[in-house]
Amino acid sequence: MEFNLDWITQEERQELERNVFLGTLEQVKAWARSNSLWPLTFGLACCAIEMMGTGASHYDLDRFGVMFRTSPRQADVMIVSGTVTKKMGPLLRRLYDQMPEPKWVIAMGSCATAGGPYVKSYAVIKGVDQIVPVDVYIPGCPPSPAALIYGINKLQHKIRYEAKTGKQVT
Amino acid sequence: MGAIRTEELLLNVGPQHPSTHGVFRIIVKLDGEIITEATPVMGYLHRGTEKLAENLNFTQIIPYTDRMDYVSAMTNNYVLCHAVEKMMGLEVPERAEFLRLIVMEMQRVASHLVWWGTYLLDIGAMSPFLFAFRDRETIVQLFNELSGARLTYNYMRVGGVKWDAPPGWLDKVRAFIPYMEKKIEEYDRLVSGNEIFLSRIQGIGRYDAETAIRYGLSGANLRCTGVQWDLRRNEPYSLYDRFEFDVPVGKNGDCYDRYLLRLEEIRQSLRILRQALEQMPEGGETMGKVPRAIRPPAGESYVAIESPRGEIGCHIVSKGKAEPYRLKFRRPSFVNLQILPKLLVGETMTNLITILGGIDIVVGEVDA
Amino acid sequence: MSEHQEDTKDVTSRETGEVEKKAEGEASEAADKADGKVIEADKADSEAPVDKVQSEAAQVGVKAEGEAPAPASEGAASEATAAEAEREAKRQAAAEARAARAAAKAAAEAGGAEGGAPAPAAPAERPARAPRAAAGAAADAAPAAPKEPSPLQPQLDAAAALVRELVDVDAIEEAYVNELGSHMPTLVIRPPYLRRTAELFHAHEALGCSYLRNVSGVDYETHMEVVYHLVNMASGQRYALKARADRSDPVLDSVTPVWETANWNEREIYDLLGIHFKGHPDLRRIMMPDDWIGHPLRKDYEPLDPEV
Repeated sequence: MEFNLDWITQEERQELERNVFLGTLEQVKAWARSNSLWPLTFGLACCAIEMMGTGASHYDLDRFGVMFRTSPRQADVMIVSGTVTKKMGPLLRRLYDQMPEPKWVIAMGSCATAGGPYVKSYAVIKGVDQIVPVDVYIPGCPPSPAALIYGINKLQHKIRYEAKTGKQVT
Repeated sequence: MGAIRTEELLLNVGPQHPSTHGVFRIIVKLDGEIITEATPVMGYLHRGTEKLAENLNFTQIIPYTDRMDYVSAMTNNYVLCHAVEKMMGLEVPERAEFLRLIVMEMQRVASHLVWWGTYLLDIGAMSPFLFAFRDRETIVQLFNELSGARLTYNYMRVGGVKWDAPPGWLDKVRAFIPYMEKKIEEYDRLVSGNEIFLSRIQGIGRYDAETAIRYGLSGANLRCTGVQWDLRRNEPYSLYDRFEFDVPVGKNGDCYDRYLLRLEEIRQSLRILRQALEQMPEGGETMGKVPRAIRPPAGESYVAIESPRGEIGCHIVSKGKAEPYRLKFRRPSFVNLQILPKLLVGETMTNLITILGGIDIVVGEVDA
Repeated sequence: MSEHQEDTKDVTSRETGEVEKKAEGEASEAADKADGKVIEADKADSEAPVDKVQSEAAQVGVKAEGEAPAPASEGAASEATAAEAEREAKRQAAAEARAARAAAKAAAEAGGAEGGAPAPAAPAERPARAPRAAAGAAADAAPAAPKEPSPLQPQLDAAAALVRELVDVDAIEEAYVNELGSHMPTLVIRPPYLRRTAELFHAHEALGCSYLRNVSGVDYETHMEVVYHLVNMASGQRYALKARADRSDPVLDSVTPVWETANWNEREIYDLLGIHFKGHPDLRRIMMPDDWIGHPLRKDYEPLDPEV
């Protein structure tokens, strides 16, 4: 839908560009969702300590709108931080299923991405993407808090991009 | 009116739970609010380190030890390196030994800070968590400068340490000690006298010395009952016999004693650090004379040191090859946790969290 | 001490070759007289430098007493038949090895240090392992310095005596001080007596090991073993108890009634190694899921789902 903007003066136009936002409803929803991602506290192993450190005062996650929720019913994103063992696998899937849509998964650390240093172990699931669909992979062992923040930012970009273009990023 | 029909409730605490310090599950039989029986279920983080170790040579196993007790990785590194060095009769140069001791004591402070922060978070206080992690951040950044990693350092090697401290690092540690001493006093004043805290924690989870010894507890869990058993004193390793430090011992055997003990251990660690930094040699080798292929002679050996959680031991059975035939870690959290079912009988649900936090477990170590 | 002598002889023999050739001559003669069989040359012998091989070939049947210049000239003369000489030398080398071993054994029986020393000197120069082992045996057999008993041997002996007296005479299979493991007195207990020995260690005031530090299970391929590390907190004395079980159906008594800390340790050993503990209050899997098949820490464990 094209707007006829010839009758607007230059100053008014600049004013408009600063204060008026044109977009689809999807984009607004994505903006809201990405800026208030509530993760499920799913710290499994060493990466959990880094996640706790990221949520603590030095690298604050609260400024990104990220508040850790303990119940899956109230969470948007599941940050799988740590090694997923075969005993834990079914429970992880159950927790993922309990989360309401829209939901995302961040695989934090190399154990969640692909098994990590325990890739030859008999009791470890080599990569959490065998159980749940993962949106962002964060490598590292453990990833430093800056890397985790970068990963969360990437997820935020992804949410906004998918809403803007309607395309699925796989 | 007839009596209300009540039933016993089977409640599942964890494995995903904000206060179980990791993936740890307790199946609790409740009668109202009182626990009648508690069964811990673990193994949700069993990664098979011991089996993996049978195919790796000792230098390659050191990173795996980091990830076992991930909150205090330096002590884990040390127990493996120390065990192999004792078996092979290797001598570690003095500067390397001092560096090891300094990082181990700093690690003890960092680990107790994590414990303190998360324990109080479980009990319900939000700010100590932030304070603790801010101070831990200082220590962890020092470690990052030293070894390259924030959590899983992989710093020690059989025969010494990987690198020397970068220039200026020791001065930063020296500056950190008085800062931390002041902060500990602040935290003590903030929390230890708080009425709510005291009513939640005093008298909870009490056991006596004989029970503690029978259950094989170690660390602050054992010393809170009055037993003087600290491996830095009783079976000295590294350079601990050169320094003066007290081993705090409790009286009552309850959670409050364990809490005070761990705070006191932080103070004593800072004291050791001060002395170590004074006595440290200026230069020196960081690695002893180690053969290219680290092959301990055939035989077995058990070596134990004092980690922040208790006695961590390493039992190596070697057949003379570069890989161990069997490597078993005696993990303190695993052994300390055995007293939990016994302590929980008759307690309320709120005290479950208090007691579990007071034992100070790290689930990576419980499961290994 | 004798090893040191061996080393110096080693060096001198490499440099001059005199003493070594003398001994070799003697040994090869003895070997030829002993048996005329030709055996395959050792792989190690083929590594011997060619010139030495040639000079050895020249030594056949020569009593090389003080004939240092003669071997050199003979060595030069026999270069033409180098290949033939090599094969001969290899056969002789192998024979020498056997002779050295025999000589070492004779020396050990005789107990004379001198008899052992020249024989080890000859094969010590060669990189063959068998003669060196024989030489080592000779050196050890010649007790220049007997191995010192460990300082904790009296502690071990006292404990062993108590066990034999109060539990059973043949409760102990083996008792030794594990010097490699920082001199840990170790007692290997026969499985039927394990529980009573454990109770003895726990209750007796001389032993008084109220603290069980560690329980480990080890899978040796022929048998399984469980090691208990104990400490007496008052005196600091440490002990290690071991019990062996056969691999096909490993059953041992549980020490949980004695030290409660063994409870989960034994469960872990049961879970990962499959050793069944009799008398354990609650023996079930602890680390692996309850429906797991197999015992992962065994040496012959094959995971059923390696692709996950």
